[in-house]
Amino acid sequence: MSASHELWLDEDAGRVVRPYALTRGRTRSSGDDLDLIAMVTATGAPYTGEAGLGPEERRILDLAERPVSVADIASEIDLPLGVVRVLLGDLQDQGMISVRAPAQAGPRPHERILKEVINGLRAL
Amino acid sequence: MAYEPSEEPVALKILVAGGFGVGKTTLVGAISEIRPLRTEEVLSDRGIGVDDIDGVEAKTTTTVAMDFGRITIREGLVVYLFGTPGQERFWFMWDELSYGALGAVVLADTRRLTDCFPSIDYFEQRGTPFIVAVNCFDGADRHEPEDVRIALDLDPDIPVILCDVRRRASAKVVLVTLVEHALRTLTPAAG
Repeated sequence: MSASHELWLDEDAGRVVRPYALTRGRTRSSGDDLDLIAMVTATGAPYTGEAGLGPEERRILDLAERPVSVADIASEIDLPLGVVRVLLGDLQDQGMISVRAPAQAGPRPHERILKEVINGLRAL
Repeated sequence: MAYEPSEEPVALKILVAGGFGVGKTTLVGAISEIRPLRTEEVLSDRGIGVDDIDGVEAKTTTTVAMDFGRITIREGLVVYLFGTPGQERFWFMWDELSYGALGAVVLADTRRLTDCFPSIDYFEQRGTPFIVAVNCFDGADRHEPEDVRIALDLDPDIPVILCDVRRRASAKVVLVTLVEHALRTLTPAAG
């Protein structure tokens, strides 16, 4: 919320900039296949590109100081998933974030984890 | 890079499916911090030739809003709930949503039971563990879970429960039932 002032917003109309303008019109990137619950973590690597980081990308890096899911990022910065994926793909190409797909831990979670979830849900 | 899996944050995905107006949003909101999640999908007209006007293709984008909820079990263990878009024209999103999902809750309304047929068919075909939760709306006749099972032609091992998704306690039971079912599906009793 602290960075919301960085976004161009019109109170009535919403975002002034069309979402895909943020991606310079691109709808595809290396981030296409990112799972909704893939965990994104900022690597701390410096930016070496030429175009400059936009406020949305900086916001993503802030959010990803600790592991955060793709869905959380999209919801937090209030951009469509497709746009977020393009931005994440760029950051990944720059080596500024690492992405851990949930499937890496195996297609199915461990039995112990599920039992923990069951107990956790009951305790809610 | 030899991580101990338990040290990495674990995220699990549970889907909430069912017909329009069956209570998906209510269920997600009853049990989790619900937030909107938008996708802006590019819909290309399949089967129709692309209008090849200097590379400008005839495409439209449409914004699809999904319900998105998060339940933090503990630091590093989070369950995400995704309400699947009910309209059939958004089915292309289901493949992505259901990929790697722990399981699905199919919400049913006994007054419109056929509305949940597509969801059941989908999860059966994909082998995604699912349960059927019958949302007991005010004014709807009560049905026994077994009657619903027969009406839906469900396998005997698929849990069917009654619920009131407005109540947090009931929503908890729904999710616990699903995760228990997923656990049984993943680890069939030996012997």
